[in-house]
Amino acid sequence: MKFETPAGTNPIDQRRVIGKPTPRIDGPLKVTGTAPYAFERNDVAPGHAYGVIVGSAVAKGRIARIDTADAARAPGVIAIVTHENAGKLGKAKAHTATMLAGPMVEHYDQAVAIVVAETFEQARDAAKRVRVDYARAKGRYDLAAAKAGAPIAPGDKMKTAVGDFARAFAAAPVTVDATYTTPDQSHTMMEPHATIAAWDGDTVTLWTSNQMIAWAVRDMSETLLIPKEKIRVVSPYVGGGFGGKLWVRSDAVMAALAARAAKRPVKVALARAQIMNNTTHRPATIQRIRLGADRTGKITAIAHQTWSGDLPGGGPETAANQTQLLYAGANRLTETRLAVLDLPEANAMRAPGEAPGMMALEVAMDELAEKLGMDPVRLRILNDTQVDPEKPERPFSDRHLVRCLEEGAQRFGWARRSATPGKMRDGRWLVGMGVAAAFRNNMNMKSGARVGVDRKGMVTVATDMTDIGTGSYTIIAQTAAEMMGVPLDKVIVLLGDSRFPESAGSGGQWGGNSSTAGVYAACVDLRRRIAQKLGFDADRATFADGKVSDGGRSVDLAKAAGDDGISGEDTIEFGRLNDDYAQATFGAHFVEAGVDAHTGEIRVRRMSGVYDAGRILNPVSARSQVIGGMSMGIGAALMEDAVVDPRFGYFVNHDLAEYHVPVHLDVPHQEVVFLDTLDDKTSPMKAKGVGELGMCGAAAAVANAVYNACGVRIRDYPLTLDKVLKGLARV
Amino acid sequence: MNDEPAFTLSRRGALVGGAAAAAAGAVPIDAGAAPTGPAQPAPPTVPVRFTVNGKARALDLDPRVTLLDALREHLNLTGSKKGCDHGQCGACTVMVEGKRINSCLTLAVMHDGDAITTIEGLGRPGDLHPMQAAFVKHDGFQCGYCTPGQIMSSIAVLQEIKDGVPSYVTADVAGSATLTGEELRERMSGNICRCAAYSNIIAAIADVAGAKDVA
Repeated sequence: MKFETPAGTNPIDQRRVIGKPTPRIDGPLKVTGTAPYAFERNDVAPGHAYGVIVGSAVAKGRIARIDTADAARAPGVIAIVTHENAGKLGKAKAHTATMLAGPMVEHYDQAVAIVVAETFEQARDAAKRVRVDYARAKGRYDLAAAKAGAPIAPGDKMKTAVGDFARAFAAAPVTVDATYTTPDQSHTMMEPHATIAAWDGDTVTLWTSNQMIAWAVRDMSETLLIPKEKIRVVSPYVGGGFGGKLWVRSDAVMAALAARAAKRPVKVALARAQIMNNTTHRPATIQRIRLGADRTGKITAIAHQTWSGDLPGGGPETAANQTQLLYAGANRLTETRLAVLDLPEANAMRAPGEAPGMMALEVAMDELAEKLGMDPVRLRILNDTQVDPEKPERPFSDRHLVRCLEEGAQRFGWARRSATPGKMRDGRWLVGMGVAAAFRNNMNMKSGARVGVDRKGMVTVATDMTDIGTGSYTIIAQTAAEMMGVPLDKVIVLLGDSRFPESAGSGGQWGGNSSTAGVYAACVDLRRRIAQKLGFDADRATFADGKVSDGGRSVDLAKAAGDDGISGEDTIEFGRLNDDYAQATFGAHFVEAGVDAHTGEIRVRRMSGVYDAGRILNPVSARSQVIGGMSMGIGAALMEDAVVDPRFGYFVNHDLAEYHVPVHLDVPHQEVVFLDTLDDKTSPMKAKGVGELGMCGAAAAVANAVYNACGVRIRDYPLTLDKVLKGLARV
Repeated sequence: MNDEPAFTLSRRGALVGGAAAAAAGAVPIDAGAAPTGPAQPAPPTVPVRFTVNGKARALDLDPRVTLLDALREHLNLTGSKKGCDHGQCGACTVMVEGKRINSCLTLAVMHDGDAITTIEGLGRPGDLHPMQAAFVKHDGFQCGYCTPGQIMSSIAVLQEIKDGVPSYVTADVAGSATLTGEELRERMSGNICRCAAYSNIIAAIADVAGAKDVA
């Protein structure tokens, strides 16, 4: 099905199942510990052995020698794979660094070997006996040092300019010119990357933890140099991804190599302490923002320049994304520059681009509001735009940022905020309120599904879509139930298997809308087939209450399916609507923060938001997605910081004890409101993504609340005690 | 390639191989074939008997096996999760003799004779423990990986408050702990949820405790 014109009324609009608050259908499995994650598939891999990966102890250089003799003699060892015996491997185009180092080492903790043994304890012990001599090379690990001379990054819209920014900025009566920095961040999903690999002849099956099944097959094919048809990837339960499992990592590649060498299934999980340096991370940014406004607050000049680094051949953090679209202003400039660094591979983490970009832009807006003596909610409303400001002939498909700001301010009690910082006190706490817009692009991705009805009237959906905590199982079941006119408990959803039709996968907050649109398309095909079989008019036939009806006739769906059952399959493909219209999701974050007047400790006391993301398919899981994003925003604002050791080129605090993420006590109860909007340009579902929206701007709202509380403006994330105290001494 | 001979602090070998003496000449690495040279004998195993979810279990274990790995890899009770293996995340939380414990931080052989309860011992789909049902009702999870640990801790936390065990946020450590949102959050803070279902988890616990005003 091609989606090329705005959606008209369709069965989804009935909202019998879609849009209803629905507990997750995979909930009972997850709360009983019976949902099997990759490493737990003992059922499919009897007689498996354990693999432990040895990571490089240098960030850049060459492996001079690997001595595996001691390891090979260790109890229980079955096989050891290094670059010397792995056979010829390719590098997937999607990978910036190889999954197995050798002879060159590209980053710290890049896999240099895998040791396979009968037990985990034996493999772990033997892995420590592998000795590697490196010829170290000088690496580049400091973004600030590499910034000068960093070129414009390759790709679209890495440099955009409209009007005459320099002139308008020079002429503006009120200006902000500030530089913000965001640190390297880690996805830190709770389930470590893990894979069980088993070979059957020349065919390999990987039970793994991955967000994008078709990409996994492609990248394994390009790495192992075997046809895609010889690779099966299974990933029905994923213990979090946040972008860190968009591409197969060393666990999958090394498990496949290890299983081939050991001639047995091998299971491999990255140790927690390996993950941050072995896999990907969100790169640090340096962002310079200049805003010029007239005295009424209208922005006349807006510029956002951003720098990040990656390994040679890598990509940038596109932190200027939102600045191209969020606010009006005739004179504009964005630049995205990319330095070469020899840190581990930089790549997508939840809301790549907007997450760190909004951390800077939305603080700059706060600073502009203060200079104007204007309420920051009012400033944002005043500079709203209904068209792509770089391309005014391109309207937004559906945009209600102003409503989000107004309704959010009203609900939060924004009127009680003092415009002057440091004026609200609660015992030892200085209390402040902060606001930030939420903004994240909406992308749509081709997505397929197969839907069948059996003779009992059970509807089964199969698609290689993944559920990484996003609620895919449930919204897909809701979609099929709505389309086929059956209750939710008559739907079975099978996900995460490369034998199923290729879906959008989970990434870029496109999964929810795109994958359900694919299920919609497959259901339309199935409805047509059923109608034809019954001799009904396919366009007129209705599917409700387990029956198919047309005119005076009505047949049970089960009966229509017959003994052999009946199935349909289709793929939704997206046309130009995302080019002709700017599609995005919007919101407004409100935060009340307390700053301890003596210690500088920051606590988020209240946090809420109003969001506009088209049709909300399941308010239960959508809310959870948003509070998850908001909480990750708290982490980004207050604690998350992957610290680079500039001597050795690695992240020092590479575990959960030292890389701090929000815990229960860091996160207050959160209020989430969704506007009741529909976006008919996005898909037949009229939905958009919410998985990343909640994060975009949340950290800035915290930072703005901290400023309002205590008068300390910190432009270097995260906002830690030392930075607060240094500022408090000056205030 | 710019080698750095001036860098005196070498991480070569030492960090990866430990301080073991260098081996003799390189042994040909032949993946898949038996290792060359005399293999070292496997370390002795240790018998351990404990009760898991009311069922007596007897295992012969490598003494290095953690309680978590005994459950997951030897008893196929994979409900308890390995998020970090270092006591940093709480995903492996189980009850031992009625108290919650990070099962990755303790060796199985230390629990001879103990009674252990895992998530599998609470309820099953169709017959959920009230806390499991509350997690479903309040959407107290997303990816589900930390969830068994959160649920085990939730049950333990309510008992700890009932027993008057003070926490870091208890105003009067000599007095009795009260069931507040802050108490729940503090006591649950050893269980990380990166999906951050925190707000919903607290709602689920409060629901089970019958506490209406907890926010």
